[in-house]
Amino acid sequence: MSTGAHRGVSRSPLTLPVMDDGRVDHAAGAARFTADDARTDWHNESLWQVRQKRDVAAALVPEWEELRTLASGIKEHTLSHLDEYLTQFEAAASRNGATVHWARDAAEHNAIVHEILNGAGATRVVKSKSMLTEECGLNPFLASRGIHVIDTDLGERIVQLRGESPSHIVMPAIHLKREDVGDTFHEHLGTPAGEADPTRLTAAARQHLRSHFLGAHAAITGVNLAVAETGGFVVVTNEGNADLGMSLAPVHIACCGIEKLIPRVEHLAVFLRLLARSATGQAMSVYTSHVRAPRKGQALHIVLVDNGRSAQLGRGDFWRSLKCIRCAACLNTCPVYRRSGGHSYGSTVAGPIGAVLTPGIDLRRYATLPFASTLCGSCAAVCPVQVDLDAQLLKWRAVVVQAGLAAPAKQAAAVMGAATLRSRSLYAALGWAARVVLRLVPGEWRRLEPGEGRELPTLPRRTFRQWYRTHRGQRKP
Amino acid sequence: MNARDAILAAVRAARPDASALPEVSSAVRAWQASPGEAYIRFVSAARTAGARVVECDRAQLTSVVAEAVPSAGRTVSLVRDVRGTLSPPEVPHDYAKVDAFICEGAFGVAENGAVWLPASRLGCRAGAFLAQHLVIVLNRREIVEHLHAAYARLDWSSEEFGIFIAGPSKTADIEQAMVIGAHGPAALTIVLTDGAVASA
Repeated sequence: MSTGAHRGVSRSPLTLPVMDDGRVDHAAGAARFTADDARTDWHNESLWQVRQKRDVAAALVPEWEELRTLASGIKEHTLSHLDEYLTQFEAAASRNGATVHWARDAAEHNAIVHEILNGAGATRVVKSKSMLTEECGLNPFLASRGIHVIDTDLGERIVQLRGESPSHIVMPAIHLKREDVGDTFHEHLGTPAGEADPTRLTAAARQHLRSHFLGAHAAITGVNLAVAETGGFVVVTNEGNADLGMSLAPVHIACCGIEKLIPRVEHLAVFLRLLARSATGQAMSVYTSHVRAPRKGQALHIVLVDNGRSAQLGRGDFWRSLKCIRCAACLNTCPVYRRSGGHSYGSTVAGPIGAVLTPGIDLRRYATLPFASTLCGSCAAVCPVQVDLDAQLLKWRAVVVQAGLAAPAKQAAAVMGAATLRSRSLYAALGWAARVVLRLVPGEWRRLEPGEGRELPTLPRRTFRQWYRTHRGQRKP
Repeated sequence: MNARDAILAAVRAARPDASALPEVSSAVRAWQASPGEAYIRFVSAARTAGARVVECDRAQLTSVVAEAVPSAGRTVSLVRDVRGTLSPPEVPHDYAKVDAFICEGAFGVAENGAVWLPASRLGCRAGAFLAQHLVIVLNRREIVEHLHAAYARLDWSSEEFGIFIAGPSKTADIEQAMVIGAHGPAALTIVLTDGAVASA
């Protein structure tokens, strides 16, 4: 892999690895991240600790595997009847007094939210974590129209103050050290220079954000799970920021991807037993809020958003990615994510799940993401809803190569590899050539790409076929 | 076509082959604890989540709650027999000045230490999130084993809002360091008592 500098990627730590032609170069972003060895190790270990907490929590639930199978089955059923559950949800939510809106894409979503806020005269808005609004680019859209959105999740507030995007869907500021946060708060919140104590920094953020909660005209939240039979939805946080927003502001807008539906209230038990354990290793998040109807005097709006989800639903190899409940267990366990950082993906959702969701939105732009994996399968093994992430990553690679969008070396290797594997004689000839030629090449040159990557192992003199003929050829197996 | 119909049509056209809705089988709710077991597990899980758990006889409730929030000058209580210094605010924002909010939980969940608080026991919701200290009084006999039992018991359709709370507000967003008191209450005390507890 060449480094970012060779490919014209900006070296500023605040920009994503997007090339001049708009394509994301994951390898370049990863190279930039791993340039700092110590920080890479620290990032890797932080996430591995979260993965280990997940393991402990999962092991304490004897029926864990049954729960995963059940959760997967409930989601697959729901997705295969999604239009019915959406209309059931809409009808129930409307009866409850909520106003339900539908948005085909990000632009419609942003316009709907803007219109609601405008109609309510709301200019000060607090928002709890919602990857959907990140995906839609809601904050900059509203900011350019004079509406100030304050992200209230602490990690999201930190990255918002720094002009960055979240690098992780559950822990948005996982890429930052306490000193980085201290510098940011010194600049924006007036904490003493050099203050890097997490407790004191959190206390400063608490003071700062309380005034915003109390002064907010509207609260925007995401939705973790929406229940078709009641028209209600569940929002989960540890900080209580979603609850402070929606219990104070006169307007509550909940932005919900259409894949968040589940059929019945009893199914909440299945998903909530899996969610926090998979995400952080907690048995339960601190606040699991169930919103069915607006408070007295409050307006409740639910925006149901497609933005590429129905297209993904129609892709036979990839629709199961819509089962995802955004716990981020696949990010925490991924050896590539842990060492390349979330920003290297250049997408709203990073890690294995991001790499299977995002190519469906823009294949050309995100063509490198399915290659940001070792295909070790750890992601699929920890996924609480059994998304076959590794299989989908491999299938996306085939789509990328067939579209001619892989990096030149990968594209050539895939085409040549396919031709070689299709021809017995070509396979034998190239195998012979490799065994002879590679023995003559000095070690440091014996690499997939000169000067970089792993050194290839010494090849044996004989093929397996030859070995077999010598040792087993006389006997019937 | 409007957005609604367009989305529904697109979803209908894209539907994968229909699969059946699986039953929430008895395999996932196998654990049936005795009341004593569930109680011990609940106390342990609530403490793990960062809650302070105290136990008392019903007659001691007032003094135990007072001890739980020693420095709380301004308190609001929705629990009968426990008197707050302020009457419950009408405007949710007024809870910002409240040091301790005392309310009654419907039941606890043994597997995770969470307590179910329906809107009808919360007044104007905000107290549980804005007050500096949250005190939940819970009948010690009202503990269910796991979330399956919890959802079988709670009736969301009769409540506009309800919440499971497991521990005080917390965050680990700065370098994974656990900090108690992110935005919501910096302390949660669960008072387990016997006999019927009734809201005021």
